[in-house]
Amino acid sequence: MSSSDGLVGRTAVELAELVRRGDVSAVEVTDAHLARIEALDADVHSFLCVGGDVARAAAADVDAARARREDLGPLAGVPVAVKDMFCTTDLPTTAGSRILEGWRPPYDSTAVARLRAAGAVVIGKTNLDEFAMGSSTENSGYFPTANPWDLGRVPGGSSGGSAAAVAARFAPLALGTDTGGSIRQPAALCGVVGMRPTYGRVSRYGIVAYASSLDQAGPFATTVTDTALLLETIWGHDPMDSTSIPAAPEPALARLEDGVEGLRVGVVRELTEVEGIQPEVRAAVDSARNLYEKAGASVEVVSVPSVEYGLSAYYIIAPAEASSNLARYDGVRYGLRAEARGSGGVPRKDSEVAAMNAATREAGFGTEVKRRIMLGTYALSAGYYDAYYGQAQRVRTLIIRDFARAYERFDVLLAPTSPTTAFELGAKTSDPLAMYLSDVCTIPTNLTGACAISVPAGLDAAGLPIGVQVLAPALGEAVLLRAARALEVGFAFAGVPKLGEEAAP
Amino acid sequence: MSNPLTRSDVTHVAKLARLALSEDEVEQFTVQLGAVLEHFASVAALDTSGVPPTSHPIPLANVLRPDERRPTLNRDVVLAMAPAEEDGRFRVPRILAEEA
Repeated sequence: MSSSDGLVGRTAVELAELVRRGDVSAVEVTDAHLARIEALDADVHSFLCVGGDVARAAAADVDAARARREDLGPLAGVPVAVKDMFCTTDLPTTAGSRILEGWRPPYDSTAVARLRAAGAVVIGKTNLDEFAMGSSTENSGYFPTANPWDLGRVPGGSSGGSAAAVAARFAPLALGTDTGGSIRQPAALCGVVGMRPTYGRVSRYGIVAYASSLDQAGPFATTVTDTALLLETIWGHDPMDSTSIPAAPEPALARLEDGVEGLRVGVVRELTEVEGIQPEVRAAVDSARNLYEKAGASVEVVSVPSVEYGLSAYYIIAPAEASSNLARYDGVRYGLRAEARGSGGVPRKDSEVAAMNAATREAGFGTEVKRRIMLGTYALSAGYYDAYYGQAQRVRTLIIRDFARAYERFDVLLAPTSPTTAFELGAKTSDPLAMYLSDVCTIPTNLTGACAISVPAGLDAAGLPIGVQVLAPALGEAVLLRAARALEVGFAFAGVPKLGEEAAP
Repeated sequence: MSNPLTRSDVTHVAKLARLALSEDEVEQFTVQLGAVLEHFASVAALDTSGVPPTSHPIPLANVLRPDERRPTLNRDVVLAMAPAEEDGRFRVPRILAEEA
């Protein structure tokens, strides 16, 4: 195979095998994907920065290693799109914020370092809601990303660029981060697989911090097998992250095809009957239920009553942690510095440092980031700490207890990923609370620290993808992925969005 | 329900958060943050007496590394990304305000 035709739209497993056998070079694979990005990303805007020569050089290194007959890594020559929350020494890292425009990190995040060690090629950095705060990628400090299935709609968020890039076949794999659903919700809205691993399973070292007790990195792919392959490349203990789980993970990829015979599946009533759920999304959960029963699993409805408080607790805890984490953007060590201005808008070069800090943050942060910093600062301020932050943390305990009870009877749980399919660009930007409600089904997993995955379940009447979510207890990645694989087989979703000339009527 | 937040609350919190908000933002945030806090009212009303708070979902205690020297970041690389530097250090405006 010498032509680049036929190299895009393949899975990571296929591409890695082609490169390993020498049927194609890693450079050819990279060039084919760069060409597709070049041709079509002007419509989608999934990348903040395309790897170009940096990606080609990484691919050439893989080809050179193969020529030297060295062992190739499991992802050798496979392009991976990386959410711009992950530090990369060779490409700028902005977290989608103007306050970090042009920043070049002095080190790689552990997840990216492990990708590189496995031979993967970082094809570019993807767009996101600023500091991962949002559910539509419209809060990017640069530009919104479009949903490849309908360019007038959002891809979800905050990892909207990564989800859109995989859906558009700009890369077979992508990395995202999931603090309140930021991998699973955009995966659902873009018709791809997206997984949030257990808290601490993937190192947070070198990932721009948003809410440190909730943040977790994870994979996007078009198949569950590719998802497991990417996860197994990046997971495992990292001494550079003190919250990293020391125990070795139970292998997931090897057990993927073991089936779900005898698996106990609980359908979470409160999330399936959530207010405002689109009937087709609910129907997809019913279909998933039937698929499990046909495959030999037992399915029952389970009540997890405290999840109804999850959204409120999350929108106190996450902003509180964010207000502390984002204190570091002060115009001193990196990023933007703005000068404080006196009367008449004249810069005051002699002003004190606190005025410079405040001016920098006012100029560099977008509205949603300021909103969450304000909310979090308020929730942590004297006189309100216990009523808001303390109460939210106690509710978090109640939710953890409720899920622990459910997992006494069930191996995995089933729920929608997002109450609706992709909404129109601009539909929720003026109403923050309405935007927050799109995370209602994903937030409980972040609060409990467990793992969950979104699997494509088909399209709604408008031709937009629907995602179904499987949840498993902490460290349950193996059973989670096996259960997701069974749904993937059952739904047999093979839809690919049409872009550019493909979309011409 | 009346807004739990006033404009002066917002101005005070902005000062704590080191944000030089515009007048429009103060106005907007007073309404929007009030709505989010109202949404929390049902949670605030829950009886959680005797329930311990969760600060961390997967508890790990006393995570320590060996007390050994190891490489740190290169100073020139770090300072190259600083908004202002002088003599190998970060340069900032005056730290103390002039006395009135």
